[in-house]
Amino acid sequence: MLDNLDKRIIAVMQGEFPLIAEPYKELARRIGITEHQLLEKLTEYRKTGKLRKMGVVLRHREVGYAANALCAWLVPEARLKEVGQLMAAYTIVTHCYSRIPQPQWPYNFYTMLHAHTRTECKALAAELAEATGLENYQLLFSTREWKKTSMTYFPEYAGGE
Amino acid sequence: MLTNFDKELLNLIQTRLPLESRPFLIVAKLLEVDENTVIERLSWLKDHGYIRRFGAFFDSTYLGYVSTLAAAKVYPEQMTEVAQAINAYAGVTHNYERDGEYNLWFTLLSANQLEQDQILAAIGSLPGVEALISLPAIEKYKVSVAFNL
Repeated sequence: MLDNLDKRIIAVMQGEFPLIAEPYKELARRIGITEHQLLEKLTEYRKTGKLRKMGVVLRHREVGYAANALCAWLVPEARLKEVGQLMAAYTIVTHCYSRIPQPQWPYNFYTMLHAHTRTECKALAAELAEATGLENYQLLFSTREWKKTSMTYFPEYAGGE
Repeated sequence: MLTNFDKELLNLIQTRLPLESRPFLIVAKLLEVDENTVIERLSWLKDHGYIRRFGAFFDSTYLGYVSTLAAAKVYPEQMTEVAQAINAYAGVTHNYERDGEYNLWFTLLSANQLEQDQILAAIGSLPGVEALISLPAIEKYKVSVAFNL
């Protein structure tokens, strides 16, 4: 379970990451703990899966990946795990989830594909279909981005210093 | 335009910024430059829009949040109003118009199932929304976004 200090650390870590020589020291100051305590906590979060990564998220379009497609697949229940592992191994697949389908929408497996062009996306989906033997899928190209942001966890713990 | 140095730098730190007192010094040594060069270049990449967000990325499930991918059939003439109403929820982190029968797809993070149900019910009854489905994840096989530059 997360205590108040955990929530405070997580809330502050989602703010601006200082691009200075000792960033963790500055973040620890904002939280009100020592740098050592902060690094220990973050290491623990990473071990337990709470901290997914320390790093950057790039703007795909700016770095040349202009086309993105959500690909919805129909996968036989018994093959979900095998297909999941196979698809996750592709660099081009950035997200890969099995999901509970709906009667009016039977697709139960989803991959995000990022490529430079739509043509490239289509070719990659065809390659994944070939590799998995799955024939029933829909490639859902985005036509407009209405929102893309990172979640603010525990915002009520972010204020003050 | 990204230089070869930028690409090397971004490939190196996209997912693995060291949890050490001087993280940029460690990265600088690997790239055989000085610490300031790394810091200045990252600031430039951030200021010029190549980097969307820098820092820690947490896993919503491990933090106790419930998440789903939802898809709506929206009448095209009401798309703007519907998309903006959905954007207004803080737990909506991605919202994309897409080709196809369901033409608006969004991800929703909520503190608990009740909150998620209430938000989805409110969105489902917005004028212009013909149908709404929720597709909660069973298993995540991959969530990391790291591009090979």
